[in-house]
Amino acid sequence: MTAIAVEKTRTPSPRPAGRTTAPIPMTRVVGVELRKMFDTRSGFWLMASIVITAVLASAAVVLFAPDDAVTYNNFAAAIGVPMTIILPIVAILSVTSEWSQRSGLTTFTLVPNRGRVMAAKGVATVLVAIVSIGVAFGVGAVGNLIGSTVNGTDTVWDMESTQLWAIPLANVLGMLLGFAFGLLLRSSAAAIVAYLVYALVLPPLAELLSATQSWFADVRPWVDFNYAHAVLFDQTPSAEQWANLATSTGLWLVLPLVAGMVLLRRAEVK
Amino acid sequence: MITVESLTKQYGGFTAVDDVSFTAEPGRVTGFLGPNGAGKSTTMRIIVGLTPPSSGSATVSGRRFAEHPNPGREVGVLLDASAQHAGRTGRGILTVAQRTMGLPASRVDELVELVGLTSKEADRRVRNYSLGMRQRLGIAVALLGDPDVLILDEPANGLDPGGIRWMRDLLRGFADRGGTVLLSSHLLHEIEVIADDIVVIGGGRIVAQGTKSELLQAAGTLVRTRGTELAHALELRGIPVQPAGDGALRVDADPATVGEVALAAGVPLTELRSAESAGLEEMFLELTANDDRDHNQDNKQDHNHERTAA
Repeated sequence: MTAIAVEKTRTPSPRPAGRTTAPIPMTRVVGVELRKMFDTRSGFWLMASIVITAVLASAAVVLFAPDDAVTYNNFAAAIGVPMTIILPIVAILSVTSEWSQRSGLTTFTLVPNRGRVMAAKGVATVLVAIVSIGVAFGVGAVGNLIGSTVNGTDTVWDMESTQLWAIPLANVLGMLLGFAFGLLLRSSAAAIVAYLVYALVLPPLAELLSATQSWFADVRPWVDFNYAHAVLFDQTPSAEQWANLATSTGLWLVLPLVAGMVLLRRAEVK
Repeated sequence: MITVESLTKQYGGFTAVDDVSFTAEPGRVTGFLGPNGAGKSTTMRIIVGLTPPSSGSATVSGRRFAEHPNPGREVGVLLDASAQHAGRTGRGILTVAQRTMGLPASRVDELVELVGLTSKEADRRVRNYSLGMRQRLGIAVALLGDPDVLILDEPANGLDPGGIRWMRDLLRGFADRGGTVLLSSHLLHEIEVIADDIVVIGGGRIVAQGTKSELLQAAGTLVRTRGTELAHALELRGIPVQPAGDGALRVDADPATVGEVALAAGVPLTELRSAESAGLEEMFLELTANDDRDHNQDNKQDHNHERTAA
């Protein structure tokens, strides 16, 4: 009995030709890509760092903020800021590790349709963005309750209802921006540097330019994704701000996505 | 069954693969032999759709690779054992493949056992794997979907002699059950002991192909005698003879013919055998000599099992 069972596993048996296998459903590819974002050491710690910074940021607000600043909005902001930096890096790595770690050799032989793999990664990215903002809201709420109790103040829920979806949207867009950078550059180092330059270096430069050049001050809302995107975090956007967001998203997100996809279809996986 | 037809791949002005055609038949192990940079890996990447060809086509089991609905269930592929995320565990890598192919989770443990990794090793991150362990893991990924066809690029690299023997038996068994195996190597000996059919590539071109016995026959006979009488006798009959060093002769004829000539000439022989390995090696070096960038270096590398480059 045992001998037979062992023998069976020891002999991979080519089956008769002509059998048909079912195609791989998209849900399975998404599930696998989602798993791949967490099952590496770097992926695990990036995800863990989101939760850790959320808890640390909440604790800092409870301990150090003046009483009148212990409000839900401030908790959300304290948690959201580190998250907006880390999440796009998670998205970048989900794409670029296929090249930098060369796991794409296996990924693209198991699923040769590269568009499908990338679409699955995109869906997984959006899911992670939504779930992590849920975590942020949750940790923020707990922090707010604890903070007001510790400080003996009234619990202030000062978030506008529109922000309940504007902030998740901002998070999804931020993460997709990282995804687009990763898809275009296909190198972890290059994409992360590009993203950090975009997130940390460009804003003060754009600020300087718009302060000195009036023509740039006029076009800036339409082309500066940082600027148009930031609006979502602290106010309900006006119609014009929505239009700003649309044009700058096209420039910074849609354009690299399309270019990256076109290049990827022709690229060699080595 | 793998069919490659007039495959050509150009990079700018450089032709990496030049009009390559061959087939790998079911039930047989096809060895793809060539020095480093001969175009083996590029050809294999084109077969599995990772590199677009400049012209020509390749099919696996009658379809282009990418047209298989679930390729992992039809074709097991190992192109580079080191091409895995270093931060993922061996088991993690198998699980990702198992889920992608839609196989039961138990298949992962079966394959870990099959390729001779311990459960503990499977839970280690690939960063800490030796090349031999990576090869075993790569073979596990390739076999996971119970495919009919295996495409393996330098699978013996980094395996110890026991591991090489194990893999040879595994591939032999796979082919004997009707599977198609295409494996590449720059190690002549490795191909010689396992392959039924051999395709030799150099400088992007196929320089020889056929069954192993055909190619070995072409290699002739090795004969050893004292003196030069036998060489004269053979030359008189118009049979080409070359000194093979150490008093031996390599003769372009089968051993029976050489034996008859020796008997007729009354020359005692101290050794008479098919040139086999020596002959094929000579042929391999000869056929690829023009394409070697550095003949000596390549020669050295052929004997170095510890090489890590693909």
